[in-house]
Amino acid sequence: MSLPYFPGCTLKVDAKHFEDSAMKVMEILDEPLQEMKDWICCGTVFSMTSDDLMLQLASIRNLLRAEEQDIKELIVLCSMCYNTLKRAEKFITEDEENLRKVNDVMYKEDIEFHGLVEVKHLLSILKERITFNKIEEKTQKPLKDFKLGAYYGCLLLRPEDMAIDTFEDPDIIENLLKSTGADTIKFPYRLECCGAYQTVNNKDVTISRTYEIINSARKSGCEALVTSCPLCAFNLDQRQKQTAEAYLDFKKMPIFYFTELLSIALGSGWDKSWEKLHYVDPEPILKEKNLI
Amino acid sequence: MKRIGVFVCHCGVNIKETVDVEKVTVELKKHPDITHIENYMFMCSDPGQNLLKNAIKEKKLDGVVVAACSPTLHESTFRNAVEEAGLNQYQCEIANIREQCSWVHKEMKDATHKAKVIIQTAVAKLKLNESLSAISAPVTRRALVVGGGIAGIQAAIDIADAGYEVVMVEKKPSLGGHMIQLSETFPTLDCSQCILTPKMVQVSKDENVKLHVNSEVEAVEGYIGNFKVKIKQKAQLVNPDLCNLCDDCSDICPVLVPDEHEEGLAWRKSIFIPFPQAIPATFTIDEDSCLGLDPIACGKCKDVCEAEAINYDAKTQIIEEEVGAIIIATGYDLYPEENLAEYGYGKYPDVITSLQFERILSATGPTNGEVRRPSDGKVPKEVAFIHCCGSRDPDRHLSYCSKICCMYSSKHAKLYKHKVPDGQPYNFYIDIRSGGKQYDEFVQQAMEEEELLMIRGKVARIYKENDKMIIHGVDTLSGKGVQLEADMVVLAMGIIPSAGTDEFAQKLKLNTGEDGFMVEAHPKLRPVESIQAGYFLAGTAQGPKDIPETVSQASGAASKALALLSSDEIFHSPIIATVDTDLCSGCGICVATCPYDARELNEAEGVVEVNDILCEGCGACISACPSNACQQKNFTNRQLSEMIKIVAAN
Repeated sequence: MSLPYFPGCTLKVDAKHFEDSAMKVMEILDEPLQEMKDWICCGTVFSMTSDDLMLQLASIRNLLRAEEQDIKELIVLCSMCYNTLKRAEKFITEDEENLRKVNDVMYKEDIEFHGLVEVKHLLSILKERITFNKIEEKTQKPLKDFKLGAYYGCLLLRPEDMAIDTFEDPDIIENLLKSTGADTIKFPYRLECCGAYQTVNNKDVTISRTYEIINSARKSGCEALVTSCPLCAFNLDQRQKQTAEAYLDFKKMPIFYFTELLSIALGSGWDKSWEKLHYVDPEPILKEKNLI
Repeated sequence: MKRIGVFVCHCGVNIKETVDVEKVTVELKKHPDITHIENYMFMCSDPGQNLLKNAIKEKKLDGVVVAACSPTLHESTFRNAVEEAGLNQYQCEIANIREQCSWVHKEMKDATHKAKVIIQTAVAKLKLNESLSAISAPVTRRALVVGGGIAGIQAAIDIADAGYEVVMVEKKPSLGGHMIQLSETFPTLDCSQCILTPKMVQVSKDENVKLHVNSEVEAVEGYIGNFKVKIKQKAQLVNPDLCNLCDDCSDICPVLVPDEHEEGLAWRKSIFIPFPQAIPATFTIDEDSCLGLDPIACGKCKDVCEAEAINYDAKTQIIEEEVGAIIIATGYDLYPEENLAEYGYGKYPDVITSLQFERILSATGPTNGEVRRPSDGKVPKEVAFIHCCGSRDPDRHLSYCSKICCMYSSKHAKLYKHKVPDGQPYNFYIDIRSGGKQYDEFVQQAMEEEELLMIRGKVARIYKENDKMIIHGVDTLSGKGVQLEADMVVLAMGIIPSAGTDEFAQKLKLNTGEDGFMVEAHPKLRPVESIQAGYFLAGTAQGPKDIPETVSQASGAASKALALLSSDEIFHSPIIATVDTDLCSGCGICVATCPYDARELNEAEGVVEVNDILCEGCGACISACPSNACQQKNFTNRQLSEMIKIVAAN
């Protein structure tokens, strides 16, 4: 059986390698992903304005489409889509009044919306449904001697009731990576903010964050960072260009999506096309570790 | 037909401003049930009371309604006055025309009308009032004190000094509680052990005190003045009367476990004495870790014990005691450190709790009083003290202030400076709460003379880099983030009720609040009594507090208990529920409804019986009874319906 998933815009463009690698990985784990039909923008940022229903409709409409397609569990890869959709799910399931309002506003939709779709991050699926033991069994090319730091950022963990793991001290990504034979290091800045959308108007903030985060990882002994968020990946990877210009002592570090490394470990390999989508070339370290 | 007098109080202007007392007096004069009516400025004053007493005599009244303030305030004043005039006090009713009338209305016309209605309802009730006398019961003139910390110790000493017997129950192997773990106490820096151990010795030598350690209260039956208590005492594997403290047993014991007294900073043996001044002074075996309970596995301590004090076959005992009053002094625990994962307690050995730091500062502690950090024994040159760990964080942790942490963290910084003069303490705080005699002076002096650095803001995260703990916080005064390096971090953990308080309270049917602490009968005026008659509260079981406040409360609780123990009999209000056995079907609904356990189903007779002493007259059973068999004295259904009729007619 295939698992329905919501890609979101970034996975179709800048993070194509995230989507590709995830598809490959889930194929190998016998639970292939199936893109849901008629998805639209996830809403990007969950509106914190309590009375502004309009700003939440994009996320809610995706859940409605999913319900229409009889999807019970909708899998999301991008941390930002996950956070927005999950909060939309909570918004309608935790308060009947909200659900009623949504149905009133969306009266032109053909179906009555019940809020039955559960939004899940792929990491939770790997942990709960596939299990890390199975990943360990299926690992063909262990990521041996590869010292990796998991970078969570904020969207997988906050607010508290959205968290896919213990929000002050998570280890879901570390445990996943360990099951592929990698060494993981819980470096101090793994939960810090990457600068998020400051990267648009206030680039310097992001640059200093990138500097701090990657330095912290390097000092702790990490050789590469692993994330599940395209925005974190953009700030930590693409912004290393400007970071290196701004800080002369800065040393670059490759940034991976967890699915890229899983793909290597599980034997579906490294796709040459993924390399172009990275700013810091990941191939030298992969070669050094005899992974490609 | 009763001759009823009505007395309308002006309460200065409190009533008179909104209720036309003259009009009330004139119009009610015609009321067929009212023999006499007058009004006066302050009925509660002596002249006011005399007015009432004289009227009773002169007009030959046999019932009185005082229309004044709430009965919670002056009911007893007027009832006493009525008794002095020769009537039964239950022939006096209060019509509340202040809180329920003049204070809540603006229009004089409406308020005056309402006052009249209220007075008439009281008259209607009074017409049917019975004359009652207080219920009495004998008192067992001994007290039980649960908990052997400073609160329990103080309460026990006070009661024993007054000449009454005290049964004391302590869960741990020794008296002392948390106070015995502390180094020096704020604001005077007295050595905690030095001031506590004399009191512990006093308890142990006092013939009036019967001490049970390693024991817990298993069950309490009965009621105020007449409790039957079952105490479960762990097996006494070492006979305290035979043990001569030679220490041979602990030398040879092969089992090492973390030492609770040292807050896990040191190890102890499975057979041990908690600390040198322990009371009772005896070694004790920790059943959970001892191998000797299976004689094939060990048995070394028994072999070396020349005093022959060890007996592996000793069994848990149930001790039964009868007491008249119970003092709850079950104390506190620290808020669980693991709930603050971002501070890394448990992950980094140099992140410690405030109680662990007390042990490090203590001359008898694991470092003999030298400030050394747990990881490598080095003297820390920079130490961060983080206030409010778990406290004042309603979203994630405790909503309340733990009250003592500002003071002890300032003390910690000060004592640290005394021991490491070239060291630098940093205190992260939200606000400094130093209310108390000489408390603020203590904090100010620490800041000024000991070069404390106080940073106003919370800490977000702590991690280790190389040899240092890195503290990420915020300075809310400058509005900037702060990143500090320190060699050691001390977490001022919040205070929660001691483990097991909840189950204990349920067992004894005592009330606990949302925060888990025992609830007092009145937050201001009855702070040391429980709402359950015969139970008194002392120390941190009731809420976070420091040593002086704990001692005061313990003495307060003791004096309340003594008032109860000081007579052979107790008296109880006769306004209680009764059961009409002809109507009672024995369904038992009221038994489950009664919050005071005052009802019991007599299965042989098929009716429910009321324990008069336990009944508090709340009326829950009366509304629950489907067959109208329950009536409350002087609040009978007939009385209430007469009152309702008057309200409905007006």
